[in-house]
Amino acid sequence: MSVTTGVDGPPKVAFFNNPKVRSIGVQAILIAVILFFAWQMIQNTLANLERANIASGWGFLNTTAGFDLSFTLIPYSESSTYGRAITVGVLNTILVAFCGIITATIIGFLAGVMRLSKNWLVAKVAEIYIEVMRNVPLLVQMFIWYKVVLAALPSPREAWSIGGTVFLSNRGITIPKFIWGDNAWMIAVAVVAAIVGIVVLKKWAHKRQEATGEQFPVFLTSLGILFGLPLLTYFALGAPVEFEFPEQGNFNLRGGVGLVPEFAALYFALSVYTAAFIAEIVRSGILAVNKGQTEASYALGLRPNPALRLVVIPQAMRVIIPPLASQYLNLTKNSSLAVAIGFPELVAAGGTVMNQSGQAVEIIAIWMAVYLTISLLTSAFMNWFNSRMKLVER
Amino acid sequence: MKRTLLSLALGTAVSLAGITAASAGTLDDVKAKGFIQCGVSQGLIGFSNPDDKNNWTGLDVDFCRAVAGAVFGDGEKVKFTPLSAKERFTALQSGEIDILSRNTTWTMGRDTSLGLVFAGVTYYDGQGFMVKKSLGVDSALKLDGASVCTQTGTTTELNLADYFRANNMKYEVVAFEKADEVIAAYDSGRCDVFTTDQSGLYAERLKLKNPDENVVLPEIISKEPLGPVVRQGDDAWFNVVKWTYFALLNAEEAGITAANAGDMMANSTDPGIRRLLGVEGDFGKNIGLENNWAANAIKAVGNYGEMFDRNVGPDTNLKISRGVNALWKDGGIQYAPPVR
Amino acid sequence: MSDIHSQRNLAYVRTEQAPAMPAPLTVSGPIGWMRENLFPTPINALMSLIFGALLLYVIWITLDWAVFKAVWSGEDRSACIGDGAHGACWAMARAKFGQWMYGFYPFAERWRVDVVGIVGLLALVPMMMPSLPYKKLNGIFLLGIYPILTLILLTGGNFDIGMSTWLTVGAFVAAVVIPILLLGFVAKIIQPTHALMASGAIVGGVALLLIIMSIDFGLPYVETSKWGGLLLTLVVAITGIVASLPIGILLALGRRSSMPVVKLFSVAFIELWRGVPLITVLFMASVVLPLFLPPGTSFDKLLRALIGVALFSSAYMAEVVRGGLQAIPKGQTEAAQALGLTYWQNIGLITLPQALKLVIPGIVNTFIGLFKDTVLVGIIGLYDLLLIVQAANTDQKWVAPQTHSTGFFFAAAVFWIFCFGMSRYSMFMERQLDTGHKS
Repeated sequence: MSVTTGVDGPPKVAFFNNPKVRSIGVQAILIAVILFFAWQMIQNTLANLERANIASGWGFLNTTAGFDLSFTLIPYSESSTYGRAITVGVLNTILVAFCGIITATIIGFLAGVMRLSKNWLVAKVAEIYIEVMRNVPLLVQMFIWYKVVLAALPSPREAWSIGGTVFLSNRGITIPKFIWGDNAWMIAVAVVAAIVGIVVLKKWAHKRQEATGEQFPVFLTSLGILFGLPLLTYFALGAPVEFEFPEQGNFNLRGGVGLVPEFAALYFALSVYTAAFIAEIVRSGILAVNKGQTEASYALGLRPNPALRLVVIPQAMRVIIPPLASQYLNLTKNSSLAVAIGFPELVAAGGTVMNQSGQAVEIIAIWMAVYLTISLLTSAFMNWFNSRMKLVER
Repeated sequence: MKRTLLSLALGTAVSLAGITAASAGTLDDVKAKGFIQCGVSQGLIGFSNPDDKNNWTGLDVDFCRAVAGAVFGDGEKVKFTPLSAKERFTALQSGEIDILSRNTTWTMGRDTSLGLVFAGVTYYDGQGFMVKKSLGVDSALKLDGASVCTQTGTTTELNLADYFRANNMKYEVVAFEKADEVIAAYDSGRCDVFTTDQSGLYAERLKLKNPDENVVLPEIISKEPLGPVVRQGDDAWFNVVKWTYFALLNAEEAGITAANAGDMMANSTDPGIRRLLGVEGDFGKNIGLENNWAANAIKAVGNYGEMFDRNVGPDTNLKISRGVNALWKDGGIQYAPPVR
Repeated sequence: MSDIHSQRNLAYVRTEQAPAMPAPLTVSGPIGWMRENLFPTPINALMSLIFGALLLYVIWITLDWAVFKAVWSGEDRSACIGDGAHGACWAMARAKFGQWMYGFYPFAERWRVDVVGIVGLLALVPMMMPSLPYKKLNGIFLLGIYPILTLILLTGGNFDIGMSTWLTVGAFVAAVVIPILLLGFVAKIIQPTHALMASGAIVGGVALLLIIMSIDFGLPYVETSKWGGLLLTLVVAITGIVASLPIGILLALGRRSSMPVVKLFSVAFIELWRGVPLITVLFMASVVLPLFLPPGTSFDKLLRALIGVALFSSAYMAEVVRGGLQAIPKGQTEAAQALGLTYWQNIGLITLPQALKLVIPGIVNTFIGLFKDTVLVGIIGLYDLLLIVQAANTDQKWVAPQTHSTGFFFAAAVFWIFCFGMSRYSMFMERQLDTGHKS
């Protein structure tokens, strides 16, 4: 009864072998190191900025820019501010990323399915396309696309036109400009109403099919509603929209709304490059679905197309979505290479501002913040989509 | 000699620990390390580009060699850092380079708000336009509605906006990162007009498929004085750079060349020449160099005229005439204060 | 019943023999193959024709430009202007070839690059062939000796290692070794003799390394700003590849750690780097980093780019490795713990080997991405392969209309060869390491 080191107390371990103490110690050291470096960095930056007489702060955003940009979604002129120039860049980045993601997905799915085609030549062409695109730097491809786009299109004086309304030349595509009259907002309302209608229709059709087994031609009806309703509104209101048609000017087409070829080159290059990666993801996704699934659906009497659409792809999607999300992020970030072919997206517009104002630290901070925001938002959306697809799993 | 790759990796750790190198003024630093770090363009024909023998050539490059000659008596004691337009000012501000000789336009904004100072004008340039002959345009004032190709992040872009706004004309600008892409886009018909500094127009013409089908318009829409830049508040170094430039001009005026500089030092009786070459007076000592600093600079690259002719003059592919860059006595505006 | 039956006209009952079918079409030989694989159905035949024509057209315009209309020899730009201006200017590529491979590396010293390349190949090729022995020795050479050899040969060695360097490195080593020794002695978990030998080996190794670095081999110094072309591209890519794997593994482990600070740090680090384009990272390294450093310090430009590229790709690598770690069943870790293995033993011997094998394709894809991304270092003025082929267009002697395209074509071909080779090798390794556990 006198043994002091009894079995009833906790086992005696040296304090530094206690996992809890260790983990706290490691974390404390990590925090200390990070804080030390951060403090050093801030100190040095402040000292350097002061020593070099460089002005810092965000005031420059209100300064007049003095340069023009070739493609803007919002009104912009050389007397606008630096801040507005950067906003133009952000919007252009979002535009090209959005368009690129949609096209890359379509091409990627096609190429991925093509590579699995039984037609030898089709499969080979898809393979060559994928292997060439994936193994050549995007920057090089971008230059080549730009050359191809410019070489293929005619000069503005010999522009191809469709009935004098839409013009295509090496200055880009020019379409008539809409001049909205009174009540024109009703058309926008009609578009929204059409979309809501389609969603409701789809739900109803689904329910009906579950209940009665009868199918309803949802796609064609939706198409009809989407175009029919706004058109109906347009004529019902007495055609409140006028068009400003582009016409031949001295050098360029005057009037109308244009889309510059730099955008086209960037958009092609990004879509086609990313699509090659998406194609591989799609292929591996489809291959990951057990062959028995296809055979079972054939046995149930499904034809190859519905079998692919209703049985294989939904299952493949679960494998496809996570890597697809990172490809979308890559595409968005790769749009920053546009600076090389003269499309004023965020890095190009910001770079010009950096050059003219000398505010390097601020501009780079803006770049990083914007890309991070876009990336995190895209990730969040894809995670949500992913979890929705997962619900299919029972 | 310091071996940067490793010693700097370790050096960062050292300096983070609180030991910071005291910066004593660029001239002393340069003398201590034994070479000049010179920021140049990543490639501009006639001004700075590497040739196939790995040597840097061009007017901007030669100016740095002249400064190295003045400081060390050896024009090869210079190292070149190729810089993009975006990096150039921060590279100088942060001390990565000692002198920026990269076809940089002297403007008030750059001279006053970036912590930098321009030391002279080694090349007087001006912005011009090039168009296709087939367009039938003979004046820049007839360019209303045209598409213009230009390089981004330069004064060119700003001048262009100013010019078209002042003349109430509309235009579409297409701005590229590199001169190569600008001229390629112009050549493939993306733009009606190509604009850059006149020297650049001559240089870029060499890249065109059919140079004779293009014409340079008579208007010059801006002043583009290009020159070397140093850090503000470092007067000793500023003086060295500034006076090296003046010495090259004075040498041309006095007829001193790389070939005859040694001979002139020994035999010339002209007091102006004797002062410039350091035979008389202590002008070199007063700016912290040897007395024969100017002679060394001239021996390294020749006088201003030789430097000009070798890199951009009529005998090169560029074929640029002296124009405003001639000496004041030949009708140009290159003018140097006397050594006295 | 039978009435009804007999009234029916039994149309579906065959009364005469079916006509003989024609003999089957050939299924062997080229024609049979084509019928089977190119023209099985009308739609397939149409697709075959369209894609065949497309393929032929692309091949034709490429060959026409790169071979038939190309200029193969000449002394300067005059060969590639005028009539020669419609095809590739290979005369220029011949004159510039050395520069494209070595950059501005001095002519007299180029043998050093050759030695580094040949030794690297000789060590790497047996390493990559699974059937050859001495993998361990070779690995030690490649990861331990070869980098030092490369550093000394490429720069020239003879580093200026002064008192301050000795002190700094000494302090770092002491800061790592002494606490471990002390703790070890107090806890009595390591034997004094072992501990002394181990720390002696560390100190000796570091000292030896520093001494080798400072030996003057009589090699002239070649500063990093003279490196360029394929040499620089490979240096950036290989350093990035070698550095990103260990950092990526550490980050992946950190992201799965139970320590909140470590986890938060890893997540923040990975998401920050993955969320921004490399181009902005490099801008930061070249423009902003000098402002972060104490006044008066400068930092080798190549080293800055290397750090940027390595950190950027290690964030991607971390996500790839994390995918592999997640795929390992928890039972493996639990079994390791039950056997009394420590955390690092478990990671090093059980989890990582399985995880890494699973994600080889992902790792190689990251390598390929990194290799292609090296072209961006040109933006901060390092003369990588892409920038140096463009530099040909600013040389008065060679500037011509096709100079630009010829250089791009060359660079694209070189990149394609390297990347395609890597991806094929990864497929090969995947088959080699497939132990049959995958379905």
